[in-house]
Amino acid sequence: MLKILRQKAAAAPLLRTVVLSSRNYSASAKEMTVREALNSALDEEMSADHRVFLMGEEVGEYQGAYKVTQGLLQKYGPERVVDTPITEAGFTGIGVGAAYYGLRPVVEFMTFNFAMQAIDNIINSAAKTNYMSSGNISVPIVFRGPNGAAAGVGAQHSQCYAAWYGAIPGLKVLTPYSSEDAHGLLKAAIRDPDPVVFLENELLYGESFPVSEEVLDAGFSTPIGKAKIEKEGKDVSIVAFSKMVGFSLKAAEILAKDGIDAEVINLRSIRPLDRSMINASVRKTNRLVTVEEGFPQHGVGAEICALIVEDSFDYLDAPVERIAGADVPMPYAANLERMALPQVEDIVRATKRACYRSIPMSAST
Amino acid sequence: MAQLTQRAATFQRTLSAAAFSVSSTRCLNTASTSPITVETSLPFTGHKIDPPSRSVETTPQELLSFFRDMALMRRMEIAADSLYKAKLIRGFCHLYDGQEAVAVGMEAAITKKDCIITAYRDHCIFLGRGGTLLEAFAELMGRKDGCSKGKGGSMHFYKKEGGFYGGHGIVGAQVPLGCGLAFAQKYSKDENVTFAMYGDGAANQGQLFEALNMAALWDLPAILVCENNHYGMGTAEWRAAKSPAYYKRGDYVPGLKVDGMDALAVKQACKFAKEYALKNGPIILEMDTYRYHGHSMSDPGSTYRTRDEISGIRQERDPIERIRKLILSHDLATEKELKDTEKEVRKEVDEAIAQAKESPLPDPSELFTNVYVKGLGVEAFGADRKELRAVLP
Repeated sequence: MLKILRQKAAAAPLLRTVVLSSRNYSASAKEMTVREALNSALDEEMSADHRVFLMGEEVGEYQGAYKVTQGLLQKYGPERVVDTPITEAGFTGIGVGAAYYGLRPVVEFMTFNFAMQAIDNIINSAAKTNYMSSGNISVPIVFRGPNGAAAGVGAQHSQCYAAWYGAIPGLKVLTPYSSEDAHGLLKAAIRDPDPVVFLENELLYGESFPVSEEVLDAGFSTPIGKAKIEKEGKDVSIVAFSKMVGFSLKAAEILAKDGIDAEVINLRSIRPLDRSMINASVRKTNRLVTVEEGFPQHGVGAEICALIVEDSFDYLDAPVERIAGADVPMPYAANLERMALPQVEDIVRATKRACYRSIPMSAST
Repeated sequence: MAQLTQRAATFQRTLSAAAFSVSSTRCLNTASTSPITVETSLPFTGHKIDPPSRSVETTPQELLSFFRDMALMRRMEIAADSLYKAKLIRGFCHLYDGQEAVAVGMEAAITKKDCIITAYRDHCIFLGRGGTLLEAFAELMGRKDGCSKGKGGSMHFYKKEGGFYGGHGIVGAQVPLGCGLAFAQKYSKDENVTFAMYGDGAANQGQLFEALNMAALWDLPAILVCENNHYGMGTAEWRAAKSPAYYKRGDYVPGLKVDGMDALAVKQACKFAKEYALKNGPIILEMDTYRYHGHSMSDPGSTYRTRDEISGIRQERDPIERIRKLILSHDLATEKELKDTEKEVRKEVDEAIAQAKESPLPDPSELFTNVYVKGLGVEAFGADRKELRAVLP
């Protein structure tokens, strides 16, 4: 899996300069890993606003379980970079309480699997409070950490929570892909007055992406709720988020050789979902493939399919294709794990079906 | 003169052993079961309970088996380290070397009808409960002969028939689960107990206190065993706990502090705890132990502790060395015999690894098995739902 990502990383700069029209690169485009992008976003926001503080397991002295918070304890001190015991329910509640009072906590979950211990405080104490209090108490908190599958970490450490959090009114849910996404969206999340669930991906932390001068400016942030067209196309829309964007771009390269010009959309924001961009894309291409790592039933792809049917039914020339994680707990064995997660060939195959380039199979009744 | 006699005695013993071609195993089988009394190196400390005596009854056979079992566990974990670095083991791998006395001492005090549940540092507990080296290594490498058929991995070993309920990845979750096992034991009038094991990191989890309260309220035969290796991943106990006296944290639940590097002390404490729990409900045992490796194979283990500390413990308190000294001082075996045991154990581990490497990856159809016990004919899908699907059995 990592090999695929590395190949994509090498191809990406070329792809972007050729295809994207909206970006102007300065002569010296800098490369930055997602990890560095997150680290610098935290650094800049902590520097700009004293109310911002970090909390989580191993975020301080250990320099971060995945080194995302490296150097921040040294720079800001233990009052602002707080190492917690292994007690998610407790420290999440503490974070939300601090946000009630007016601070701006950034709570790290070592993975979002562990956030299930704290989900009551995320949903009932953070997400719903502004509404229940009629605007009296707002909750400017960010919950961040790796989400989804890593490599060989088994059933309890591999779940994707995008669909679950994406269902909750009161939450904003972000899923960065590139370094620019990670940097701009995290800054936006920290500045946002509402609770934000920021779903990162462990396997993307080490990936390098070019970032423009604009992104490096301390005042920069990416608007929340706007998807991004990573690659323009006219034949079919592939909608993905997080790591699957990289896989979709790879699939698009392969499909191009077969004469299929795919448009790849990076959602960036699960909630709010950029309905207008998705609709605009499908109205242009008339075909849709959704890609996600999480479980298929009640997933992000299911919601996208529903919204297309509601808003752009007449524009569809083919049934919507869904690629998702397999409907099983994540197995450990390498061959089974590979089968349980979407691969580039799955995206290629589904896209060809959507373009009637293979014999269509209907799903079972 | 004395030296010669000693050497002659050793020579004789080695000869007779060699003559039967298997040295230490034979030694084990014919070793005496006549009782020896040994004092634990440290006294027990009690919280709201009178601690048991420091004098532990044991036998030569038991001491020799302690040595062998711990040497086997040690070797298994070291071998797992190499396999991980060779990328034959993927994902997470949390090693237990240094803590073997807890697994071995506990087994000596209980039966397979008693239950043990622990977190993810579970390879040696699994072995103690009757798991085989092949099952362990095959599972670590994700092969079909693994104890979970390759679908669980390092953190998810189980053996229900041996009273071992896993193998859990989420810190602290296993404690309420363990109290649940105890609940079922009491409900079924089984006269057995459950040992719910957790680390010093997990000791602060709220769910532990919730479950402990209920266990105490309902007099469940639950023994909570805190394996205090003093570090929760990279965080030392004093940075995570206001009170690191984990044996006292039960408040109204009595507790015992035990030298977890002394297998005999562990055995005594577990025996005591089992008797107590069957009559009175929950009790906490804090095992003062140490892990030589970092938290997992992704953690060097040296950024938050000094190398001097690690080597100091290895020199002063290593559980295997302690039993070795005991065996030698009581003349139960020679140095050579013990070294031969270690060689045998190493061979056993190497053979199991070789066998495990031969074991194939699970069949692709296994992706869809065991989602349910009773699948109701429902379909489940692969990543491409129109390409790969199965009816759940």
